[in-house]
Amino acid sequence: MATLRTPPGASDTGPSQPPGPAAAGLPLAGGGGIAGARSLRRMGRAITANRKATVGVALLVLFIFVGLFPGLIAHDNPQAEIYPRSLGPSAQHWLGTTSFGQDMFAQVIWGTRPVLLIAFGVGILATVVAMLIGVAAAYLGGAADGTLNVITDVLLVIPLFPLLIIIGSYLHGAGTAVMIAVIAATSWSYTARQLRSQALSLRSRDFLNAAKVRGERRLYVICVEIIPTMTSLLVAAFLTNALYAVLFSSSLQFIGLGDPNVTSWGTMLYWAENNEAFQTGLPLWIIVPGLCIVALGAAFALLNYAFDEIGNPALRPVKSMRVTKAGAVTTPDRHRRLRVKRTG
Amino acid sequence: MRFVFRRLGFFLLTLWVALTLNFVLPRLMPGNPALAIIGKFRGGISPQAVKVLEAQFGVGTHQNVLAQYFSYLGNVATLRFGVSLTTQPGASVGRIILDAIPWTLGLVGVTTVLAFILGTGIGILAAWRRGGYLDSLMPPVFVIMTVIPYFWIGLVLILIFGVKLKLLPYFFSYTYTLTPGFNLAFIGNVAEHAILPAFTLLITTIGIWILTMRNTMITTLAEDYVRMARAKGLPAHRIMLDYAARNAILPNLTGFAMSLGFVVGGAILIEEVFNYQGVGYLLLQAVGNDDYPLMQALFLLITVAVLLAILLSDLATAILDPRTRAAG
Repeated sequence: MATLRTPPGASDTGPSQPPGPAAAGLPLAGGGGIAGARSLRRMGRAITANRKATVGVALLVLFIFVGLFPGLIAHDNPQAEIYPRSLGPSAQHWLGTTSFGQDMFAQVIWGTRPVLLIAFGVGILATVVAMLIGVAAAYLGGAADGTLNVITDVLLVIPLFPLLIIIGSYLHGAGTAVMIAVIAATSWSYTARQLRSQALSLRSRDFLNAAKVRGERRLYVICVEIIPTMTSLLVAAFLTNALYAVLFSSSLQFIGLGDPNVTSWGTMLYWAENNEAFQTGLPLWIIVPGLCIVALGAAFALLNYAFDEIGNPALRPVKSMRVTKAGAVTTPDRHRRLRVKRTG
Repeated sequence: MRFVFRRLGFFLLTLWVALTLNFVLPRLMPGNPALAIIGKFRGGISPQAVKVLEAQFGVGTHQNVLAQYFSYLGNVATLRFGVSLTTQPGASVGRIILDAIPWTLGLVGVTTVLAFILGTGIGILAAWRRGGYLDSLMPPVFVIMTVIPYFWIGLVLILIFGVKLKLLPYFFSYTYTLTPGFNLAFIGNVAEHAILPAFTLLITTIGIWILTMRNTMITTLAEDYVRMARAKGLPAHRIMLDYAARNAILPNLTGFAMSLGFVVGGAILIEEVFNYQGVGYLLLQAVGNDDYPLMQALFLLITVAVLLAILLSDLATAILDPRTRAAG
């Protein structure tokens, strides 16, 4: 059992990452404790008040728990081919067994960890790269900006998935770490562009001029003055990158470009498809891992929408809008629409 | 004019990067992949193919990297992509790809146009009746659609309509036993085989059209000229289509131009799931067989299609929207 535990360092980086306030509290070194606690509380309120955020956080916490302690939930070794083959769901095997005789439920549970590692790994790595490049481009300006911009734009237009397929085919079975590195290295450009334009809009603000007048070093200005103002964008960038990492890595594993010996949702789909799971009466082999991918992806996407809504009130669902009322005059079904609005 | 030249320059630059990536990637990998192939098919490859492989992967040591690079660029410029190693041994890569392209264009091209038209229409209606059934149903559906892997939707549709209900075929693009020909039976068979993959593609791509159209249209609906049109008492459909939608459609149009580029390589996994013998399916065949010449040529084809489409959509924006010309 002991060998199956997670090395604490590897998984600890995951759950602690998404909340922004830790980073936001950073610059306030002196009174940071209070401000940090306050923004944490504000964050908590925002999460409970927004339904998308509540669902997203709940899903994510659930998956993180499963990813950290799969041994508590599933007692079987996911790779061991020790059971009768192709069993249907039963009390012993909640989801049945694969056509190799592995317990499917154990596979789903143990398969959570690699996916989470990839999601958080790519999310963090790609966001950091995007931040460095975007902020550097905006702050340095001139030729450096031009060069970094061209690199970002080029990467932005090259079709990513075919590129990942090509890289994957040369690598012959990419494990979790390689997968993280490859996806992060190719997918930072979109968020880098967003961060650059945010940093550009900050460039002539008073507090930056004040820092310059004080004679602060560039690195200090970038790390302490610029980056903290972009916390919400960084969180959004992390969530976007994590979502794409889940989808990209699962797709690559599905076509057999992942390490086939790693148990993860994408490789489950690969083996299921190769063994014609549908035709041999094992639909759960394909349906359950797919649903897990959807649920994890939805957690990231919901959180992303929620952060948008919290930060930008214009995007919140309409309750009573002038536009609708004006439109209602010209269309006959006014009463029906009013009732719908109340539920939304 | 300056804008046009800049976009053209950017196009050439990205093209060069894609070509260079194709050249550099195998050289960056641990162990030269081409050496493995040549070892695997010792004697089974024609001397001509070996020569192309040498230029592409630097197997022959008698040339330095720079000379290899230029002979590789020369081969690409003259469209000499060599011959397939394993997928259809000995057949020219160009020939194989040309056979696959019509299938992809037919399936993905038609579906892309359909998704654009339907999605834009739904988006217009959703924005027009903001807060209505359509509008309140759409955002959650869209959230879910963006996170479902395309291929998995295809698999679920196969389970429902193919395996359980046995309503539709889900393997290959026509029944194997039929001889391809220009007759009603064959065309009907092809259309029947295209339903499931096309539907998968449609439901996965339609959301983005609906969403962008709806969001831009909501902005234009708040404009004064729309209020003016209402004040004048114009009929609702005229305000909706001629005043609001017409001014809101630009992002969707440029997006459409761009999506045409993704027709060639945009449905790789759907073609794979349905064993539909288009470009994407061929790419995965090549990957599975370590058929590097075929794989590289396909990657270039997919990239060039995307880059060309982006160039065209940039130019279209410049023509349709004078503001971009001023900014460029």
